[in-house]
Amino acid sequence: MAIFTTAGIKVSGLAACVPSKEVSNYDYKWVSAKEREQLVKTIGVEKRRHVEKGTTTSDMCQAAAEAILHGLSVDRSQINLLIFISQTRDYFIPQTSGIVQDKLGLPKSCISFDVSLGCSGYVYGLSLAAGLMNAFGISKALLLVGDISSLNSAYRDKSTYPLFGDAGTATLLEREPEAPPMHFNLEGDGSGYQAIIIPDGGMRNILTKKSFNYKKIAPGIYRTPLHVALNGIEVFNFSLREVVPNIRQLLKYTGEELNNFDYVVFHQANKLINETLRKMLKLPPEKVPLSIGKFGNTSSASIPLTLVSELHNPLKNRPLKLLLSAFGIGLSWGATSLILQQPYCPDIIEI
Amino acid sequence: MSITIEDFIKKIEDEFDELEPGKLKPDSVFREMFDWNSINALVLIAMVKTEYDVTLNADDLTQSKTVKDVFDIIQSRFQG
Repeated sequence: MAIFTTAGIKVSGLAACVPSKEVSNYDYKWVSAKEREQLVKTIGVEKRRHVEKGTTTSDMCQAAAEAILHGLSVDRSQINLLIFISQTRDYFIPQTSGIVQDKLGLPKSCISFDVSLGCSGYVYGLSLAAGLMNAFGISKALLLVGDISSLNSAYRDKSTYPLFGDAGTATLLEREPEAPPMHFNLEGDGSGYQAIIIPDGGMRNILTKKSFNYKKIAPGIYRTPLHVALNGIEVFNFSLREVVPNIRQLLKYTGEELNNFDYVVFHQANKLINETLRKMLKLPPEKVPLSIGKFGNTSSASIPLTLVSELHNPLKNRPLKLLLSAFGIGLSWGATSLILQQPYCPDIIEI
Repeated sequence: MSITIEDFIKKIEDEFDELEPGKLKPDSVFREMFDWNSINALVLIAMVKTEYDVTLNADDLTQSKTVKDVFDIIQSRFQG
């Protein structure tokens, strides 16, 4: 079982970047006005941000990282680890992390690599960064996490298009012997890989002319095999089946009570899923911040984006005991219990 | 603890504003009662999970026509 603790790693900076272009689901003409209302009410997404063509996930992550490095006057030569977690990279090859390493002016001694994870990416990323820092004696690391889902979803697919938004985030981690421990419970089940998938364009189903053909999947759902396909009911039932036991297992391991956390921050899947999880855990709404109404489901970026967007002031003012829970594509899920001690947290950056 | 279809109907009426109270009967056909779509299906699944701790899947809903059909599935899986 992947339940473990990392010690001596501090989150010292946290920043999020979103595109300035705002898209409202009240303007989503593909469905009726009544359905638009229902979408906003149930899925909970009123607005989200879309990049202009040519802007990438790494551009947003880079802007977020620059804000932290500037704000804290970080000596860049000391950053010896950069992890870029995304399913929307700049190119098929090479890896995006190297491009960002160069753009940020990080030293050649900086270990840089990409990780392909979506919704669960931030929780996995924190554990990866902390674990490697301790194993290799790295003093400072950048964790860049984000996705551009707007380019992968078909406008005429009402099951995906109104849901997703774009965002990129950066987290600066530092080794500090006094830092409180972070506890993790990470899990996965690849048998559910088809629940959220872009079928064509990879090596299994290589790109052909047919990849560009639209097909009617169901009423209101038309897409090509190059667009993301989302099995809503399967993802929904997976989330309701796995997330609560994953959290309970972590709390049993740490001996903590759910009531003692200041906030529980979930991946922003959709409002119905998040509210159902909240009720299953009997948590009051004020302890479970939601940013999905403003930014939609931003895949791997949703937890750090929610921290910056919804918990900006508490984060600045006092140490916060947090439970972060991420779940989705893969299928892959996990939770972490950690204390954030007033990390540097600039306002949301727009690009 | 046992569950009743009257209680199930009450819970559906609470969840879906567009349903006129008293109209939904055990033999009512779901798709005829209101504008049935995938979001409504998710709302129903969420309600059943929260209220009865029972998981409905896509097949359950495709194979169910009436309120009673869905209730029978819930009852067969309900653990009290």
